[in-house]
Amino acid sequence: MAGSGTAHMRNTVDSVLTVRDLTVEFRVGNNKTVKAVSGLSLDVVKGETLAIVGESGCGKTTLVRAILQLPPPNSGEVIFDGTDLTLLPKENLRSARTSMQMIFQDPISSLNPRMTVHQLLDEPLEIWDRGTRAERDERINKLLFSVGLEPDLVLNRRSYEFSGGQCQRISIARALALDPRMLICDEPVSALDVSIQAQILNLLLFMKETHGLTMLFISHDLAVVKAISTRVMVMYLGKICEVAPPDVLYSNPAHHYTRALLNSVPIPDPTKQIRTELLQGEPPSPMNPPSGCRFRTRCVGASALCAEQEPQLREVSPGQFVACHHPIV
Amino acid sequence: MSSLMSIKNMSVNFDTPGGSLEAVRGVDIEIPAGMSVGVVGESGSGKTVMCRAAMGLLQGSTVNRTGTVIFDGHELTAMSKEQVRELFGSGMAMIFQDPLTALNPVRRIGAQLSEGLRIRLGMSKSDAMARSKELLELVRIPNAAAVLKSFPYQLSGGMRQRVMIAIAIACNPKLLFADEPTTALDVTVQAQILQLLRELREDLNMSMVLVTHDLGVVAGNTDYVAVMYAGEVVEYAPTKKLFADMRMPYTEALLDSIPRVDHKSGTRLSVIAGRLPDPTHRPAGCGFAPRCKYAQDKCTTDHPELKTDPDGHVYRCWFPIGEAL
Repeated sequence: MAGSGTAHMRNTVDSVLTVRDLTVEFRVGNNKTVKAVSGLSLDVVKGETLAIVGESGCGKTTLVRAILQLPPPNSGEVIFDGTDLTLLPKENLRSARTSMQMIFQDPISSLNPRMTVHQLLDEPLEIWDRGTRAERDERINKLLFSVGLEPDLVLNRRSYEFSGGQCQRISIARALALDPRMLICDEPVSALDVSIQAQILNLLLFMKETHGLTMLFISHDLAVVKAISTRVMVMYLGKICEVAPPDVLYSNPAHHYTRALLNSVPIPDPTKQIRTELLQGEPPSPMNPPSGCRFRTRCVGASALCAEQEPQLREVSPGQFVACHHPIV
Repeated sequence: MSSLMSIKNMSVNFDTPGGSLEAVRGVDIEIPAGMSVGVVGESGSGKTVMCRAAMGLLQGSTVNRTGTVIFDGHELTAMSKEQVRELFGSGMAMIFQDPLTALNPVRRIGAQLSEGLRIRLGMSKSDAMARSKELLELVRIPNAAAVLKSFPYQLSGGMRQRVMIAIAIACNPKLLFADEPTTALDVTVQAQILQLLRELREDLNMSMVLVTHDLGVVAGNTDYVAVMYAGEVVEYAPTKKLFADMRMPYTEALLDSIPRVDHKSGTRLSVIAGRLPDPTHRPAGCGFAPRCKYAQDKCTTDHPELKTDPDGHVYRCWFPIGEAL
């Protein structure tokens, strides 16, 4: 799609996070503006894992950073736990962030190499004054156990002494230290080897169940997304194409872009190779996105209408929303 | 079937302050002419070192390579550096994972592309430029004339990889080493590049060694697969045969651990516990034994030899899948 709309919003009381009409633009000189995220709305219900997928440059990371107010969006609302984060004074925002924690793509560079594992995990607890020293130490031990690390062996070591997979376990322990309600994972397994990737994905699934977490999960890997998500949102050039439960989206994609993405995924079975028409070219520049539907320049189903009118999200099957004038039926 | 490259009992050791690091040990691989051979394994399994050593790209006093490599009738391991270099471009060529670091950032695409044509084929400057433009069109770069005058930073990742491919095929090599050529790219661009490589191989009758960690990429783009673990080839078979009838427990574990779009959502992945053995202290038995669910006592003490089934399926395991204990 590359369209707008709010048909996919559920507006229930269970919403942990509601984003309305969020826009993020960056001035890049010469009076040019990168339109990274344009009028995007989403909601995440308690216990859900919403995955955001799309190619590099589609605005996935900018979107979640804007949710965390890093930096704040140009316009739009970000309502977390009933409070609009865009209106909060700095000090209140700091405390609100304790309940929404982030895990990054590169586990090694996201940990301070000068701090020991004990210091890394103690820092948030100390800043927010969670318990006495002994209570904090006990909490750190529990956290490390829960992510599959032996506290006695790791507490006094630093990040460079660990492998990528172990560092990601430490990052997860640190993100969970303050008992957040929501975990935001930005490509948490892309930098890891396949065998380690499975360990971390299973750990995230386990943590989500045991801590009752709600998750936002960004990935460019559709197979990873299918394994972990309960709802999937496909983005293209700062807009939503399609929102649906994973099994529906993967078996019956309604948007031409979703289908093209799925057809590009290599399947590890020589007897199941699909050789369809591939998506040609690369996404246009977000400084000058196409009129109407932003995907129309690469879309096989595009018509004159797509250039004139921006498609709005609408429900095509229960729980499946698509922004396309000519969806695949 | 005639073999274009044959690697026999090749080992590569690096001298390090922590002792000798055995990156590749006793690798035997045949690359049949006109075929595509996939090399898969985790990071650190020796895939890249194996390819670079086969081409003779690893040099220096800390590198010890043993074994023989025969390419198109030339015994590379008996030739001097200069003699091997003569084969680069028109015999063997390579494309790398990160096209941005592989291209020279301060030279225009045209200069980098025509360099090989002028040196290897003795073309004049203007002929080489004209041929460069054709090559860019061959790898489906739109607006080739403008790209010739561009610098690498002005191109997207997919375009840079197309330029790398154009440089590699410029002198019609017989064998192309592609080392994780699509790992840094988006999935849609990856599909485009893999399709391009398939078409070029057919048109130019070129063999390819495709190094990747992605079993999906291997399944759709190779005729044979070599699975590497801890510096060794642990399984080698025609691609269809390998996926239909795996013998090596490691290959099975690797395939089971990857999430797939053709599986139901929320499927728990099976996990390979632990990690690769330390390359400076290789275990006495099978390198995979500590992580293997089928391991027996023998696996931790005796190093398994390569076994070959009558149909040519090669594996390195005492208790292969499908055989009663």
